[in-house]
This record gives sequence, C-alpha cells and structure tokens, in this order.
Amino acid sequence: MNILLFLAPFSVGLGLIAVAAFWWTLKAGQYEDPVGDANRILMDDPEDRPAA
Amino acid sequence: MALTYEVAGRPDFSAFLRKREDGQASLDLLVRGARCAGCLAKIEREVQALPDVASARMNLTSGKLAVAFKGASGDPARVIDALEKAGYPAAPYDPTQAQAAHDREGRRLILAMAVAAFGAMNTMMFSVPLWAGLFGQELGPATRTVMMWFSGAVGAPCAIYAGMPFFQSAWRSLKARRANMDVPISIGVILTLVISFSETVLGGRDAYFDAAVSLLFLLLIGRWLDHQLRARARSAAGDLLALQAPAAIRLDGQGAEHRVPISEVQPGDVLLVRAGERLPVDARIVSGASELDNSLLTGETAPVAVAQGQLCRAGALNLSGVLKLEAVARSEDSALSAIARLVEAGAQAKSKYVQLADKAAAVYVPVVHTAAALTFAGGWALGLGAREALIRAVAVLIVTCPCALGLAVPAVQITASARLFRKGVLVKSGAALERLAEVDHVVFDKTGVLTEGRPTLIDPIPAAVAMAAPLARASRHPLARALAAEAGEGTMASDVREHAGLGVEGVIDGRRARLGRAAFVGAPDHGSGETELWFGFEGDTKVRFRFSDALRPDAARTVAALKAKGLTVEVLSGDVPAAVGRAAAEAGIADWRAGLSPQEKAEAIEALAARGRKVLMVGDGLNDAAALAKAHAAMAPGSALEASQNAADLVFSGEGLSAVAESYDLARSARRRAMENFGFAALYNALAAPAAMLGLVNPFVAALAMSGSSLVVTLNALRTGGRP
Repeated sequence: MNILLFLAPFSVGLGLIAVAAFWWTLKAGQYEDPVGDANRILMDDPEDRPAA
Repeated sequence: MALTYEVAGRPDFSAFLRKREDGQASLDLLVRGARCAGCLAKIEREVQALPDVASARMNLTSGKLAVAFKGASGDPARVIDALEKAGYPAAPYDPTQAQAAHDREGRRLILAMAVAAFGAMNTMMFSVPLWAGLFGQELGPATRTVMMWFSGAVGAPCAIYAGMPFFQSAWRSLKARRANMDVPISIGVILTLVISFSETVLGGRDAYFDAAVSLLFLLLIGRWLDHQLRARARSAAGDLLALQAPAAIRLDGQGAEHRVPISEVQPGDVLLVRAGERLPVDARIVSGASELDNSLLTGETAPVAVAQGQLCRAGALNLSGVLKLEAVARSEDSALSAIARLVEAGAQAKSKYVQLADKAAAVYVPVVHTAAALTFAGGWALGLGAREALIRAVAVLIVTCPCALGLAVPAVQITASARLFRKGVLVKSGAALERLAEVDHVVFDKTGVLTEGRPTLIDPIPAAVAMAAPLARASRHPLARALAAEAGEGTMASDVREHAGLGVEGVIDGRRARLGRAAFVGAPDHGSGETELWFGFEGDTKVRFRFSDALRPDAARTVAALKAKGLTVEVLSGDVPAAVGRAAAEAGIADWRAGLSPQEKAEAIEALAARGRKVLMVGDGLNDAAALAKAHAAMAPGSALEASQNAADLVFSGEGLSAVAESYDLARSARRRAMENFGFAALYNALAAPAAMLGLVNPFVAALAMSGSSLVVTLNALRTGGRP
C-alpha cells in the first residue's frame, strides 16, 4: 500500500496543474472576447499568403 | 442613435482620448454592425491603415474597438470617419460609463469555482474508498485514517479558499447585525470542516470534506450565474446610454467646435446644437431660432417654438434650426437633477424589497438550526454520547443544504433573462423579475410608449399631399418628413430655403410655395393647438395638414392581452386631454388622466400603492422617471432617456409593445418555477432531516442526496418560459 503515498499526491499534483493552467487562461484574458476569437481563426494572416 | 456630425465641420473629439500608462493616447469606440470575421478583419485593417494609429483591436463580444495611437495625441474624428466609410457607425465610448471592463468580482468567483471543482473531484477520489468501506468492503482502520487525512489535506484548503466569498459576505452582514443566506452556509461549512478534522484525529468513521467542497461548488455556480446576469445587464445598459449622445459641442473663442463629454460643460460655455440633437444642459439661446420637442421631458407632442433669449431645458430635442446657446447650469445641476432626486428616493424604497430567496431563508434558517440543535441535545440526553450526537447534528446541517435557495433561484432567473434577452428585453436584476410577477395594475405613459412618439398625417387628401410633397421632401422637420413619407418618392422643390422655427420655402414647377406655420404660409392662425402644417402657393388658397402621434401597431393587442390576464390598465400622461383621450380610446383603455406633471405622476403611483395595488409603470420620458422609480416594477423602451432607463427594471427595444405582456408572462413563469423548486426543497428537507437525526445518513448518502437535489432544481429551472 506504500504506493499510495506516491500515487495520491501525484494525482493531486496533476489536478493542481490543471487549476494553474485555468488560472493562467483567465489571467491572459482568453475569455474576454469568445465571439471574436472564434472568428479570428477564419481570418487570413497576410504574411502566410504566397507572394503574388 | 449614433452621433450625427458633419465631416466638413471636423468636430474635435479629443476629450474622449485617454492616456495610457506608457504615455500614448488611446480611444474606446462602440462600433455597430460588426458581426463576422470579415467585419472584424475589415475594421481592424481600415483603422490600422490610418497614419497615426499604432494598433486597433476589435472585441466582437462587446462590440468595442480599442484604438492605440502612436503619439500622445491622435485624431478620433479620423478613426470615426474611416469606420463610417467602411459602413460601421461608431461612437466614442466614455470609459467612465464602462465600469464593467474589469470585472474583478466575476474573475474571483470563477477562480473560486475552479478551485472548488478541483477540490470536489480530488477529495471525492479519496472518498470513494471510504464510501466503499461503509458497505463492508475491506478497509482497515489505518488505511481509512490515511484516506481521511488525504481527503482533509486537499478538501480543507479548497473549502476555505472557495468559501471566502460566502464567509466575507456573512461577516459583513453580521457586522451590520443582520443575517443573510451566507451566515448559515458559512456556519455549516466551518462546522463540517471542524467535525471532520476531529473525527480524523480521533480515528472516527465519518469525514465530510467532500460534502463541504461540493456544496460550495454548487453554491458558487448559483452565485456566478447571478453575477453574470447583473454584469451583462449593466454592460448592455451602459452601451445603450453610451450611444445616446454623450457629447456636447462647445465653441471656443475662435468659433472652432470641440466635442466634450457632457459632464465637462460649465455654465457660461457657448454650445452649438444642430437639428436632430438634444440639449445637453439647461441653456439660454444666444442666436438662432428653432422648434423644440419636449416630449421626453413633459409628454407634450406638439413642438414649441423658441427664439433668442429663451431658456431651454436639458433633454429637449432641437427640431429645425441650428442653435447657439449659453449654458446656464452644469449637467448635474440642470432641470434633470430635480427628477434625479425623485428617482433616487424611489430607488431607495425599492431596495427594501425582500427577494424570494431571502424570504425563504428567513423561514429555512431558524428551522434547520433548531433541528440541528435539537438533534445534538436530544441525542446527548438519550445517551448517544457527545461525539455521536454532534456528528448527527452536523449531518443534519449538511444534508439539508440550502442548494435550492442558493442555486435554484438564480438558475431560474438567468434562464428567464436569457429568454427575454433574445426577445430584445433587458432585465436589470433578478429582483426585478420577482417584482414584475407580482403586479396587478399597469400604468402606461402615452407619448413614446402607447404611441410611436413621432407624428403621422391624419385624414390625408391625396391631391393636397402630392402638391406639397416636393417641398416636404426638402425639409428635415419631423412634420414635413411625415408628410413626405405619406407621399412617397418623387421630385424635390428647387431653390429651397429653410426658415428656422417657421417653415420651408421653395419653388415647385416655377411657382413659389411655402410649407410651415400658419402665419408663415399666410393662413389665418386659429391657435387650434393641434399639430398642424400649412401649405400654399404664393397668392393661392392654403391647405392644412393635421398630424397626430400614431399608436404603436400592437398597442391595442397588448392592452387586451394584459386585461385578459386579469390586470387593470390605466394611462397617465403629461399631454393635453384631447390627445390622451384619443390614444386611450384607440388602445382600449377606459381610465386615463392628462396634463400631469412629473410630481403628480409619481404621486398617482404612490396613491395606487397606498391602496395596496402593485403597479407596473411603463414610461420613457424624463417626466416618467420619478414614477418609474416609485412603481413596484418599471419598464422603459430603448428609446427612453438615460434617467428613465436607469429608473426602469426592464428595458425593451424594438417597435412592439408586446414585450410588456411577454415579460409579464415570463416573470410569472419564473416565479412558478422558483416556487416549485422551493416546494421540492421543502419536501427533500422534510425527508432528509429526520433521516440525519436518526443517524441514517453517512457521508456517501449525504453526497448523493445533495448533488441529486441540486440537479433536480436546476433541471426544473431550465423549463422556465418553455411552457406556461
């Protein structure tokens, strides 16, 4: 059962990473403009286009 | 309405520029009409192409464009021009009205929710073996204690962090010597944590760490929904107001125009008000003549002629000429302020309204806490031992969790608000919906509410209309426009000259003609008091056109619908009796009163309230603002003035009045769902509390029962407005 002493904190640590990641997305303003972000992926980036 | 300005005049918007931390100037604009990726790309490209713009970022969700300039100053008018040319009308957005930009409270709630979710899941991971142990699976006492320690190590910090919004609110309310919903929640959570720890230390069987964290998670969902509802209403209301000409045009010594926020206008400033704009503050006319539409101030539909030296009130709409005025008061001291004070008094009365959830909490809290205390005392007296008795008492507190109160009502209200939002109705708060559901009497204002608030021609004679139309088409006066609208497309008179406050003159088919006031056209002035326009060729007979304010197309239907629901309907107006009587009769309303001052309207509402009536006031003018604030519930159309929108609980946009009946239906439906949820919660508690008292509840049953009951009330809330 000693493996528990390793596995349990490990799984909690994984959970903490997820919380930290969420905190980062919140802080980085990724929920400020959900509609705009959804549309921005459709916009062509001018630099990506081959030179005409 | 977007700001109207002439490009040639190049008004100066620099008062709207903001200094950023790095010293560069930035500007916030509210852009209308942007919907898709194409719009987004076009707007940002057009604005970024301007020489002095460093960057432009459009937020499609809020419709706001943030522009950063390269230097410490920039030219906002150029940005607005560029947007206008691209097909997107824009208005400078006064950031002082946009307090919602940094929604700290919302972020804190969402982070607390994330922590609670993490805590609930990870505590549950250790609880599952514990639960299995309850059902006779092999779980030695040593392993059980280890699991309980793990559970506590993860659950307790999460519960303390996620519970902070509740603890703080409870503490604030206790300091004010009151008890709100958060007091029992805080007591329950803290007691649960303490008992669970002591059981862990003493090597006991029951630890409720997972229950404490999941309770907080569920309650935080409710709290966050409620916050979202209010934040969204606030920002949408802010947008409406930002579009309502937040600027005044100030003239400097050289006669150059500067657009400044209304709050910066000082007495003695010389202001310019063009036709179609509203007077920003109380002011005296320096030069120019025009007609003013006071309908939002007093409810009168007939325009009033004004000339040099006359004092005009803030909020009046300039109809025809260009006016140069000298401000005599600041915005806060203008005639509006008296009305604003009345509004404030009414709003205070409204804040005393006790919400449904708080009413339920007032019953729930003493009952549950008495039950828990009795369990402890009874258990101890019957020889259970202090420890077992305390565990049972805590089980009572946990299992009778106030989820129905904390989650079910916000869930119902957000569902109802979302449905109304899709119909173009903005709900300002959950309490507003509750009050709306209670009304039994509806009071309408006439101008702009029952009617469309703009004149239409009555009994038109086609030949006469066709004759006057070429001249009417050349004028911007609302009466002339109504005449032109009746005539349809056609030719325009030549050599047109507009005489401010009098009428318009021009040449039709080589003959000189005039359209306007009786004296201007040369007709005998009977002073009939009716809204009228005269037309005549020079030296020929004069024709009269009569106008009235047409009823909204669905006014009569809405009134009938409200009556069918058992509500009584009345009209209170500031307009003349003849006009009010006619509109009331057309709408099918027997009770009406005319010629009321703002004060009298508010008093009429108070008198109704004193007789025990719960009044819904629907109004748009400044003269309604006090009455709106005094009424039990209030609605205003989106075209209403700022003060009225602030005083109203619900704001509806669009042409129809049917929003009033629809909102009432939805409010009733929301209340029914909330009551059902309370009924369910009462039933659940009536079963769960005795079970906990008898010691039948273990941590597994508590976790199942709590999340199950929350799920049921939430699903029921989603039915709101779906079926009557």
